Amino acid sequence: MNTVAAAAGPLSRTPFDRTLLLVVPAAAFMLLLFVYPFLYGLALSFNPKEGGALANYSHFFTTDNLWPTIWTTLRLALPATLINVGLALPIAFKMRQKSPYQRIATTILVIPITLGTVLIAQGMLTYFGPKGWLSQFLQFFHLYEGSIRLTHNYWGVLISLVISGFPFAFLLILSYITGIDPVLARAASTLGANPRAQFRTIYLPLLAPGLAMCFCLAFVQAFSVFPSAVLLGSPAGPTRVISIAAYEAAFEQYDYSLASAIAMIMGFVQLVIVAAVLGVRNLMYRGPVSGGKG
Amino acid sequence: MSAAISSRRGGDHRWLDRAWTGLLWGLMTLFLVNIGLMIAAVATNSFAKRWLGTWLPDGWTTNWYVSAWKEFQLDAILIVTVEVVFAVVFLALLIGVPAAYTLARRNFPGKRLLMLLFLLPLMVPPITYGIPLATVLYKAQLAGTIYGVILANLIPAAPFVILVMTPFIEQIDPNLESAARVFGASTGRMFWHILVPLLGPGILAASLLVLVRTIALFELTFLTAGPDSQTLVVALYYAVFAAGVRAPQSVDAMAMVYMMVTLAWLLIALRFVNPTQLVSRVKEHPQPA
Repeated sequence: MNTVAAAAGPLSRTPFDRTLLLVVPAAAFMLLLFVYPFLYGLALSFNPKEGGALANYSHFFTTDNLWPTIWTTLRLALPATLINVGLALPIAFKMRQKSPYQRIATTILVIPITLGTVLIAQGMLTYFGPKGWLSQFLQFFHLYEGSIRLTHNYWGVLISLVISGFPFAFLLILSYITGIDPVLARAASTLGANPRAQFRTIYLPLLAPGLAMCFCLAFVQAFSVFPSAVLLGSPAGPTRVISIAAYEAAFEQYDYSLASAIAMIMGFVQLVIVAAVLGVRNLMYRGPVSGGKG
Repeated sequence: MSAAISSRRGGDHRWLDRAWTGLLWGLMTLFLVNIGLMIAAVATNSFAKRWLGTWLPDGWTTNWYVSAWKEFQLDAILIVTVEVVFAVVFLALLIGVPAAYTLARRNFPGKRLLMLLFLLPLMVPPITYGIPLATVLYKAQLAGTIYGVILANLIPAAPFVILVMTPFIEQIDPNLESAARVFGASTGRMFWHILVPLLGPGILAASLLVLVRTIALFELTFLTAGPDSQTLVVALYYAVFAAGVRAPQSVDAMAMVYMMVTLAWLLIALRFVNPTQLVSRVKEHPQPA
């Protein structure tokens, strides 16, 4: 493809390739509405209502209901991401062959993604609630007599992160796994490798970049948890995540400067985790990044 | 290779493999059954007269839908949702498809940087850039209006269109474009008469995917919407948030309306796209089944 495009290149590139102009609207839009607000927010965060340039940041790290939000968020986001990716990998591996099951499972799993977190929260409040079907079921079969508490606490938020995050991780990993040429695995199985050995020596190394990417994307989603932390958690206490702090600063105290500072801290923490994951990937695997396409 | 052979020890590993498979299927079934029941619980409650601590409610009614419709002014919210979603799809295609074309066909200095610019909004969570964005939009007096909501939703939508469309464009033979050029077609004419017809399936897929994602996208709309520019998902959030004031059945009825809207579009979308496309780009070289 590239060679053909390059051959067509000189023909159309007379004085100036006007095709390049086609990218301008999109690029301008992103610069105006993504890059500019980001830089504006960064500048604003160093320009607090009162105090010196770093007043917002020192305020964040010295206030008791602000800086712990980082740990609160990480305590939710990291386990949720590990569960999602850890479960999605073996299940996606089992379903790597094209079959009716694959189509059905992927179709069903799309539903929680498209329904979104708000609807999942509402459903969980009804279903997992103290009078919901789950607690009735458990009591009916005498599996658990006490009242179950799965909403308005840490577990409610974690479960909702798994419900919305697992399908995402599964579909992403499945699309990476099905992108790996099955001929490689067939060759290995001719040489006597069972599925487990195939997984360890063929799929896992080729999947490493995809897995790292999937972990990052799943983490980023879980890290910005907002609606479910409010609706299913206890937003004043154990699930007061960093996005709640940022929202409160912006829309309850109208301190956009502090809110931008919190958003920047949020972005920074995310960046650190993403960089760490990519670093681990590079330690584990140094092959071609796009591997597996024949 | 010897490692692969030596790890095939036969008998004693077989039941372990089976247990492992069983465990995975069990977990998967548990997950899906619980999600199914969760949705069923919302549906049941929305039709329930009174439902307290029993398996099924005492009686059935559709009154909650009528009251939810009036209470939450669902007609106005649905109109806003439709306006926002279709504007986002149209504008995202308008700026996304040409950009995807250039990125698929040309090499130019700064291309990698541009790709990064288009990928970043999909990697950074909406809340992180949504708050600075809302600040800027408030300053420009666009926040709280439907225009602000459309602009905010375009930020993840346009890059997503680019991401989905690029492989579709790469699949089209560039000779067709060269032929059109030879016959003297301008870039615009070539676009309309060669590319748009050939890209039909890709454009359809991209617009359906953006549509489904935009309906469900909560954070950006939440941060930029005003009282009369709420979309359905934000209105649902406020309904659940203030649930103490209202009958839970009424909130559930609204949740059902939201679910019906999303599911209807999802079913339409799934006729044309692969489920995995909702989260990742399509394969560059689709393998024959």
